[in-house]
Amino acid sequence: MQGMSPIVKNITRLVAGFIVLFGAYIVLYGHVTPGGGFTGGVILAGGLALVVLAFGEAFARNVLTHEVAKVADSMGALLFLLVAVLGFAGGVFFTNFLPAGTLGHLVSAGTIPIANLGIGIKVGAGLFGAFLALAAFRRTTGAGQERADVLQSHS
Amino acid sequence: MAHLVPLLVAIPLAGGFLMPLVGRLTGRRRSAAALPILLAAGVLVLSVWLLLAADEPLTYWVGGWDFPVGISLVADGLSRLMAVVVATISLVALLFSIDYMARFTSPGLYYGLFLLMVAGMNGVVLSGDLFNMFVFIEVAGIASYALVAFGTESDELEASFKYLVLGTVASAFLLVGIALVYNVTGHLNWAKVGEAIQTAGGAPLPLQVAAAFFLMGFGLKAAMVPFHAWLPDAHPSAPAPISAMLSGVLIKASGVYALARFVFSVFDGDPALGWILVVLGVLSMVIGALMATGQDDFKRLLAYSSISQVGYVVLALGAAAVMRARGVSPTVVGLAVFGGLFHLANHAVFKALLFLCSGSVEYATGTRQLKDLGGIGTRMPVTGACLRVAALSISGVPPLNGFWSKLFIIVALVLGEMYVLAAVTAVVSFLTLMYYAKVQRYVLGGEPSERVTRAREAPLGMCAASVLLAVLCFGSSLMAVPAVRRRVLAPATEAVTAGVQAGRQGRTITVERDKAAPTDSRAAAVEPLRGGSPRPPRAAESLADGTAGAETRRAEPLARRAALDVGEAP
Amino acid sequence: MTLAMLPFMLAFLLLVAGLYAIVAKRNLIKVIVGILVLDYAANLLLVLMGYRTPPVGKAPVAPILTGGWAQAEELAASAVDPVPQALILTSIVIGLSVTALVVALAVRLYEKYGTFDTELMRNLKG
Repeated sequence: MQGMSPIVKNITRLVAGFIVLFGAYIVLYGHVTPGGGFTGGVILAGGLALVVLAFGEAFARNVLTHEVAKVADSMGALLFLLVAVLGFAGGVFFTNFLPAGTLGHLVSAGTIPIANLGIGIKVGAGLFGAFLALAAFRRTTGAGQERADVLQSHS
Repeated sequence: MAHLVPLLVAIPLAGGFLMPLVGRLTGRRRSAAALPILLAAGVLVLSVWLLLAADEPLTYWVGGWDFPVGISLVADGLSRLMAVVVATISLVALLFSIDYMARFTSPGLYYGLFLLMVAGMNGVVLSGDLFNMFVFIEVAGIASYALVAFGTESDELEASFKYLVLGTVASAFLLVGIALVYNVTGHLNWAKVGEAIQTAGGAPLPLQVAAAFFLMGFGLKAAMVPFHAWLPDAHPSAPAPISAMLSGVLIKASGVYALARFVFSVFDGDPALGWILVVLGVLSMVIGALMATGQDDFKRLLAYSSISQVGYVVLALGAAAVMRARGVSPTVVGLAVFGGLFHLANHAVFKALLFLCSGSVEYATGTRQLKDLGGIGTRMPVTGACLRVAALSISGVPPLNGFWSKLFIIVALVLGEMYVLAAVTAVVSFLTLMYYAKVQRYVLGGEPSERVTRAREAPLGMCAASVLLAVLCFGSSLMAVPAVRRRVLAPATEAVTAGVQAGRQGRTITVERDKAAPTDSRAAAVEPLRGGSPRPPRAAESLADGTAGAETRRAEPLARRAALDVGEAP
Repeated sequence: MTLAMLPFMLAFLLLVAGLYAIVAKRNLIKVIVGILVLDYAANLLLVLMGYRTPPVGKAPVAPILTGGWAQAEELAASAVDPVPQALILTSIVIGLSVTALVVALAVRLYEKYGTFDTELMRNLKG
């Protein structure tokens, strides 16, 4: 996958940071405004996909690699599970054992922001990894020859 | 203690998340299997302990949030039995995978998906909520779609695609059913929905439509005729341990178990539903057996045989519902349910063993066609012996376990005066004996062909797994012994036959929230909700003017949710 | 059959359309689109079940607590039911995972066969 024209690259340099910031905002404010882990993660993945599309495969192989995506994926999921298991401290599995705070503040609602963070990391990294696996590293040759073989074996 | 119940889901889930990381460290070596086997052994120990130690149904409210906003995990007799079955088969399949999967790349991903499937199945059998069960069915389903396609040959990809499409159709139907149930009763909890139907004295029309959707959805997952189209393609193409898991536990956990829950715990064993189950069961038994007789591919034959045997279980459960409504004595009803559940556990064991043996045979010779497999028994003695044990069990030869479960089903049908069904069951048993005799003749006897003489016995892990299951085939006949039966199968039987009553029994685990001194504006909202009585379902026409009746219904859970939303200090 | 039933009828129509696409189409991508439509139709039905008609002249109220505790009771009495919305959020995520998996399968199948036509592949039938 090649990169795109210099216009796209420059605009992406300007805009990508804001997209990631917006995604992070939706994830972290998930307990106050609509949104939360999943939607913020999708926006994050979209921003990262934009960067890879604009700068080409080389960027995906050197900076935002598939390995990083996979590791972040597992880490996010484990963070969520950690929050659930730590809920035993409150008595029952998955209790909200941190103090609840005041309604509408960023630091409130106990363990919910941490769970949102875990989900946001996982969804963002997971979707980005899926994008890399499906689109960025694919070659479009080779299909024709296999088709010829298959159609021949049919007759 | 009881707090370990959610760990049955959390442990395999943690394994599923960790395995891709571990897999990158171990590469293709066999040590990648160490962690999954450890976790699976832990889950098995936990579920066996839960089966033997707890003696009353357990309702676990996750997070301490009580009805009506909470999610509950329910561990009653049926759940505990299913959890043990799932844990046993998954441990054995993992043992088998150590050597079998050495031919594939990325074992870390395989074990990760496998553990996610186990976590999903445990979640299905433990959940007390309609929607929670749906989510776990999907988790297990998606993991299984990916596992069927694991070898990425064209056969496997096509089979996985077909399986995925039909599985998604089933899930969409389930979601529609859940939507209708929620609209009419306002609850999603099994027990509460059942109570709501009982207080209304029967299901109104939207709930009957919902029942039809559930039947279609769960029937697709359980591969009952006429919804069986995906199974004969998906099970043969999957790697052998995955076929064992799919045939042995997945169609039972997400199909038959869910059907049993939905027919008995929600609709209280409605005889109309019972008759539908009987018809579907008979169709599956007969058509599965007939199609199996004509197969040349070993694993395809086993797949059709799975359809047939699942038909037995569904027939037994449906007949029990019908007999219960007719007023037949509770002992006979209990016997029918007992036979069905016993057959479910037995089938998991011997079908998994059959698939594992076919995997060993394929590993050694590279083919699945029965005609090419003659004389394997002399070249692979251990596998041959296990295959013979499994074939005899499924045909119903005493003293192996299949004989007892089929006997109980037939006896219960005769005692319940359903003679035609008993006769059909006996005929299908005979058909089963016939096609497994064919398998034995082809595979174990006969002239060794070129391929076979080159075959060697399977590696140690695969043999050990097969021998373990063969021993279980003998051992689980012990479940018919009264002392063992009372401990293991009787609670499961009662959980089914008690119907809706089962939802009211047992212990509840929750957190005592600090309900002292709410502020004034909240007090008025919180007070009237103490106790949360089940709301009676709405009549059919109120679905149309929908919302007038909705205010009183919606206000209560909403107010409570608003009051408890931010959470109180624990 | 009042007008209030119309959204439910349309959601069922969408369900049938998705089923038709899955059963009757030969192209893999059209089958995938059928899966998507089917999933979203079921989600739509679930969300519609939570709707509560507002009093005449006012707008439907979203269940978001913006005015602090003072607003809680009034919101609870008039807002749309948030439970189906939470349910479909989960369901949409599930649909996304299935879509990612099925698209990956379709890409692999294309690499094997060079075509998306199911008639030319061996085992697939409707």
